[in-house]
Amino acid sequence: MDDVQSLRRQFPILSRQVHGRPLVYLDNAATTQKPLAVIEAERHYYEFQNANIHRGVHALSQEATDAFEAARDTVRAFLNAPRREEIVFTRGATEAINLVAHSWGRSNLAAGDEILVSEMEHHANIVPWQLLCEATGAVLKVIPIDERGALVPGAFESLLGPRTRLVGITQVSNALGTVNPVADIVRKAHQAGALVLVDGAQAVAHLSVDVSALDCDFFVFSGHKLYGPTGIGVLYGKRDLLEKMPPYQGGGDMIAQVTFKKTTYNELPYKFEAGTPHIAGAVGLGAAIDFVRSVGLEAIAAHEDALLAQATRLAGEFQGLQVIGTAPGKASILSFVMKGVHPHDIGTILDREGVAIRTGHHCAMPVMDHYHLPATARASFALYNTPDEVDALFRALRRVEELFLK
Amino acid sequence: MSDLRDLYQEVIFDHNRHPRNFGPLPEANRHADGFNPLCGDRLTLHLRVEGGVIREARFEGAGCAISTASASLMTEALKGKTEAEAATLFEGFHHMVKGEPVSVDLGKLSVLAGVSEFPARVKCATLAWHTLNAALKNEPEPVSTE
Ligand SMILES: Cc1ncc(COP(=O)(O)O)c(C=O)c1O
Repeated sequence: MDDVQSLRRQFPILSRQVHGRPLVYLDNAATTQKPLAVIEAERHYYEFQNANIHRGVHALSQEATDAFEAARDTVRAFLNAPRREEIVFTRGATEAINLVAHSWGRSNLAAGDEILVSEMEHHANIVPWQLLCEATGAVLKVIPIDERGALVPGAFESLLGPRTRLVGITQVSNALGTVNPVADIVRKAHQAGALVLVDGAQAVAHLSVDVSALDCDFFVFSGHKLYGPTGIGVLYGKRDLLEKMPPYQGGGDMIAQVTFKKTTYNELPYKFEAGTPHIAGAVGLGAAIDFVRSVGLEAIAAHEDALLAQATRLAGEFQGLQVIGTAPGKASILSFVMKGVHPHDIGTILDREGVAIRTGHHCAMPVMDHYHLPATARASFALYNTPDEVDALFRALRRVEELFLK
Repeated sequence: MSDLRDLYQEVIFDHNRHPRNFGPLPEANRHADGFNPLCGDRLTLHLRVEGGVIREARFEGAGCAISTASASLMTEALKGKTEAEAATLFEGFHHMVKGEPVSVDLGKLSVLAGVSEFPARVKCATLAWHTLNAALKNEPEPVSTE
């Protein structure tokens, strides 16, 4: 990887202070900071190209359309999806999952059919399926996790049955850092005749993803966890599936022809992109992907693995601190609790030291229930974090100890 | 810059480590559950109210230092108060943690004044009081700070 310091200079926000201290931003699993390349791309779009897309004959509309569609090509290449029409822009991972649950789910599920999700899912990969089950009479089944925060070996295989229609699985857990064996899950699910939706929200910034090799049916992610803007995300779906699915929302752009007798829908991917999309967001996402690829995902992963190893070692030396999520081969996330101190208090004290972490249930309440915890503190690392920042985290935790436990 | 010590006063640590009036109250006639979905804090409040006067107040649950200390201090402050007095205290407390002028004497509760400098923690301090409101109204649904 390039020198971290030179990478950091590309993220203007990292040089600001918080409560009089240098910002140590370790809340990257919630959202990442944005490099100049992304900020400039959005700015350039608004300064020079802004227009609505797919409908104007004027020059700006054509340029805006080209920029938006170029971003789609960038996403396609990034995921190694076979076809550009398999890339649907959404508001984020959440909307992408809701799209599949609503459109595919309501037209394909019958009472008694089964959806499998894991116990470590983000609420975004639980609640849309619960809504679907309520509407169709399908049944949601849960693949349990063990004490390390990994899927219980063999549990998925034994839950997979003739009524399983879809498996929703996160590639990387946002609450624990666990990396799931998604390729294996896809293979076994397909053998059983079930589809697989992979939630890549936490994966795309850390692992290189190849949806063709993975052979998953749907893959979703959010731009803002990949150094891109908020409000833009992606659904990848296999063309045959997307073609048979009814529209998710109705409106402009998603139609071919509208009369009051009958409306016909636009071709893929526009059938799923009703209304004016977040054009600048897509442009920014394209720039974010170019940025990540220029740094290199392998180099990023190696850098973050080293930070996680350092943090895990320091956590092990810290009496009273317990790491939650100890599966082998974790990605970039250190969730922990401290004896005698509630995570919320840890978060406030760290904040005053300039250290930003997340505290709470991380939108994964079933994970908290599994560990009988109301909440955890979570530090999550990105390509711009440094070993010094990991040290700063633990210095700040010593301050918590001083205040609370002395 | 507001200091952490303004928030975490010794009294608060003391009530966090040794919460007063903590545990069940078999002779209670009012109960309510409170929940702060943001941080997962939960508490259950038990009251014994006789003739409009709060005779006993106890609480159970798990929360951060601010919500635990606030609940502990609240149960101490409530004993012997009429329901109307309790409502006045809540109003004053609410103003205090929001950093607004307070016209009632809050006594020991004023150790939580520092919360006003930490807007993300106001809900921790008020969870117990919202739960009190529900208990006095005998609301069957858990109250939420959201
Ligand atoms: C694993 C996982 N899935 C889904 C989401 C939802 O992403 P968004 O809120 O951007 O739609 C998140 C975000 O925290 C996540 O971590």
